[in-house]
Amino acid sequence: MSEYEAVIGIEMHAELSTKTKIYCGCKNEFGGEINTHCCPVCTGMPGTLPVLNEKVVEYAVKAGCALNCSIANLSKQDRKNYFYPDLPKAYQISQFDIPLCADGYVDIPLESGTKRIGITRIHIEEDAGKLLHDASDTDSLVDFNRCGVPLIEIVSEPDLRSSEEARVYLETLRSILQYIDVSDCKMQEGSIRCDVNVSIRPKGQKEFGVRSEMKNVNSFRGAIRGIEYEIARQTALLEAGGQVVQETRRWDDAKGESVSMRSKEEAQDYRYFPEPDLMPIRIEKETVEKIRQELPELPHVKRARYVSELGLPEYDAGILTEYRPTAEFFEAAVAAGASAKGASNWIMGDISRILKEKDILIDDVPFSPQQLAEMVQLIESGAISNSAGKKVLETLFESPKAPKQIVEELGLAQISDEGALQKMVQDVLEQNPQSIEDYKAGKDRAIKFMMGQVMKLSKGKANPQTVNALLKEELDKR
Amino acid sequence: MELLKLTAKEAADKLHSKEVSCAELTKASLEQIKAKNESINAYITVCEEEALQQAEQIDAKIAAGEAMEPLAGVPYAIKDNICTKGVRTTCASKMLGNFVPPYNAYAAERLSKDGVMLGKLNMDEFAMGSSNETSYFGAVHNPYDLDRVPGGSSGGSAAAVAAGMAYYTLGSDTGGSIRLPASFCGVTGLKPTYGTVSRFGLVAFASSLDQIGPLAKSAEDVAYIMNRITGHDKMDSTSLDIAYPDYTKALQGDVKDMKIALVREYFAGADAAVDASVKAAVKQLTDMGAQCDEISMPITDYALPAYYIISSSEASSNLARYDGVKYGFRAEKFEDLTDMYFKTRDEGFGDEVKRRIMLGTYALSSGYYDAYYKKAQQVRTMIKQGFDKVFETYDMIASPVYPTTAFGIGEKTDDPVKMYAGDLCTVSVNIAGLPGMSLPCGFDEKGLPIGLQLIGKPFGEETLLRAAHAFQCATDYHKGGAQA
Ligand SMILES: [Zn+2]
Repeated sequence: MSEYEAVIGIEMHAELSTKTKIYCGCKNEFGGEINTHCCPVCTGMPGTLPVLNEKVVEYAVKAGCALNCSIANLSKQDRKNYFYPDLPKAYQISQFDIPLCADGYVDIPLESGTKRIGITRIHIEEDAGKLLHDASDTDSLVDFNRCGVPLIEIVSEPDLRSSEEARVYLETLRSILQYIDVSDCKMQEGSIRCDVNVSIRPKGQKEFGVRSEMKNVNSFRGAIRGIEYEIARQTALLEAGGQVVQETRRWDDAKGESVSMRSKEEAQDYRYFPEPDLMPIRIEKETVEKIRQELPELPHVKRARYVSELGLPEYDAGILTEYRPTAEFFEAAVAAGASAKGASNWIMGDISRILKEKDILIDDVPFSPQQLAEMVQLIESGAISNSAGKKVLETLFESPKAPKQIVEELGLAQISDEGALQKMVQDVLEQNPQSIEDYKAGKDRAIKFMMGQVMKLSKGKANPQTVNALLKEELDKR
Repeated sequence: MELLKLTAKEAADKLHSKEVSCAELTKASLEQIKAKNESINAYITVCEEEALQQAEQIDAKIAAGEAMEPLAGVPYAIKDNICTKGVRTTCASKMLGNFVPPYNAYAAERLSKDGVMLGKLNMDEFAMGSSNETSYFGAVHNPYDLDRVPGGSSGGSAAAVAAGMAYYTLGSDTGGSIRLPASFCGVTGLKPTYGTVSRFGLVAFASSLDQIGPLAKSAEDVAYIMNRITGHDKMDSTSLDIAYPDYTKALQGDVKDMKIALVREYFAGADAAVDASVKAAVKQLTDMGAQCDEISMPITDYALPAYYIISSSEASSNLARYDGVKYGFRAEKFEDLTDMYFKTRDEGFGDEVKRRIMLGTYALSSGYYDAYYKKAQQVRTMIKQGFDKVFETYDMIASPVYPTTAFGIGEKTDDPVKMYAGDLCTVSVNIAGLPGMSLPCGFDEKGLPIGLQLIGKPFGEETLLRAAHAFQCATDYHKGGAQA
């Protein structure tokens, strides 16, 4: 039995977050009432014409630059012809042979190191509407709100070798698209969808195996499960002496399986031809250069900088940079005076835990990075304890105000004054002679007990480090 | 009816000098429509009430001394593939028999300002045809001889002007659809340079060839209408953002030293009467000071096949949206989605439309694309280059519009290839995006009008209008008026 290796290529469709649709002035917004974000143009009424939204080109070029593509200075749009009720013109305006961006790559961080994945092309196209099968007892109805929402399709080279690589690739792309602010990449709203090509071949073989194309993958988790399902299915086929046939399959996420849609012979002929209603797209070199220069620091560059400049562990840097608003929150806190490690620990620890509990994103945190910085500084200067910090944070989530004020109101300030603490230590020692005996006899628990007594006396505000030092000093004298 | 013989400009002058009221002009037109439409069938929809209301408002404005555009208040009509807000726009097809657009086409919107629209004009179904016999609403009859075709596809637009059923009309021209009916019906028509009249609201047949243009009794009228319908429109990406001229200024001046080319290939197969009239018209122009040479453009032989491949390919895609899902006709009985598509399109489209959809679908299919569509685009480039070369030396080309005068209804309907072959002189103009004009230049022995075609450089409308106006000042062919 030979060992197989998977060869995976992914076509990712991402909705762009432009204000208006690609060919008309309708709002590009998720979640409107059915058929309220549409007009004669995006519903393909007779005599209407598309007018390209220039922002769509700009966003696509941004993505192309971020993914190291070369940008075509002359590109065009084409019609992809097919009948379906959610496609009002019965053709989708897309790009066929001259995409806006081509020949790029993205480096993805794997445990074994960085791997470079080729980007074949990125092109722009319009989204279709949505069929509503449950809205009527007798008919299927159509919601045209999504018609004409701008998409980019990012096509990878068949460079991925496992579902894990595919996961990291997809997450890296999502992170980059969010960083450059061209797509919000909200999976639950269907703003990213994938088609996945999978084939397998005996390890060491150069030629590719016969591939299947899996459509209708609407989540990253679905993509990973689909790939794993497809690898297992193809492996079982080959091991049983069968053959993989080239076909298009549909991923059924609920059932967790892919089913055959059509064979290669039944493949649709889309009869692509140049869209005569639109002029060629010309992009000046200077425009591309300007977009390239205005790109924000991309996640992998940020990650490397957090390690080299801020001294954060790789793992922390990876988590902080995955989602741009997290990185921005972190950087703002550091800029406001928090230590990198301190800000990082709070963001990755308690803040992220509370966000999860509240089911919100860091974008919606009610307090400012400056307030976090103030809190971290209070802890690091010894003004409050770490556990008092947690109370401050919880308060910040409820009613954000200056951490110093919270400390005062809740009386969380730590007693670090040696004179005051010395008095308490002596009182405790005098009241607990037995403990002193135990300590002298080498029982470690004794000092912890006395610490506890001092803390109790101070109502929890004593600085534990100072108390510990004073206790030891006093005990040694006796 | 003397009123009906007036050109649009003459009617406008009488209207604005208060010799005649807008209501009078409108009523005269409506009465003529009532008297003639049964036999000519130029109108699919007549907007009698709306027209009378508009006329009343305009008369009030004139009485109040409000400033208006030159042709304001002169009743017009629009081909039924140009969308009119709130007025049924059928494309002469069962498929859109009940379609009422919620928007105006750019050109319709421009005319509607202080305008009286009489109604919507008959045409070949989806503008596919050269005889106006493919209309779901029945053939249009030539006012000169009711047993003959008016030419297509803007047959209703030409017949209405010729029969005094409108002072001017809008048509659309994809391969000759303004010029051919203008020629057969003895009126003056202009297919403007591609991109000068917005296509927004023109129901697409072949997007890269379609262009809206005017039909009227004279070149002077055409110039005034051009002033109203040209301009940059942000809703049409192919609309040109240029400085548009005042076309009426082109009417001044003469044809002295104008260089005219006679392209030999356009005269191949022309009837003796057509050949003689067109050449006599050119002689008239040279007598007035123009110069003329006979030249050859061999690429012309490839124009027809290239045209039918490109136009049908685009049509197959443009007409795919009529699927019964959203608007227009839907078959009553069907099994499932695919069956609904099949039955809707089978019952909703006529034979000529189906023929072109099949032709275009075939030409775009994988495996045939290179041999047909791509090759046709290469021919298109060569035709453009051919014209560029001619226009390095010449100001315009003169030719027949069609090899014959109007043929009989039913004469060519059984032989589509024969029907297509007649478009030889007109299609190249659309392929190259040039302006082309048709104006009356004579009559054959049966008294049927003959058309002279003038082809100009890109944006050469002014040259064409100047030559046509000079010709019409010197001749009476355009006054043939079938309504008389
Ligand atoms: Zn819209």
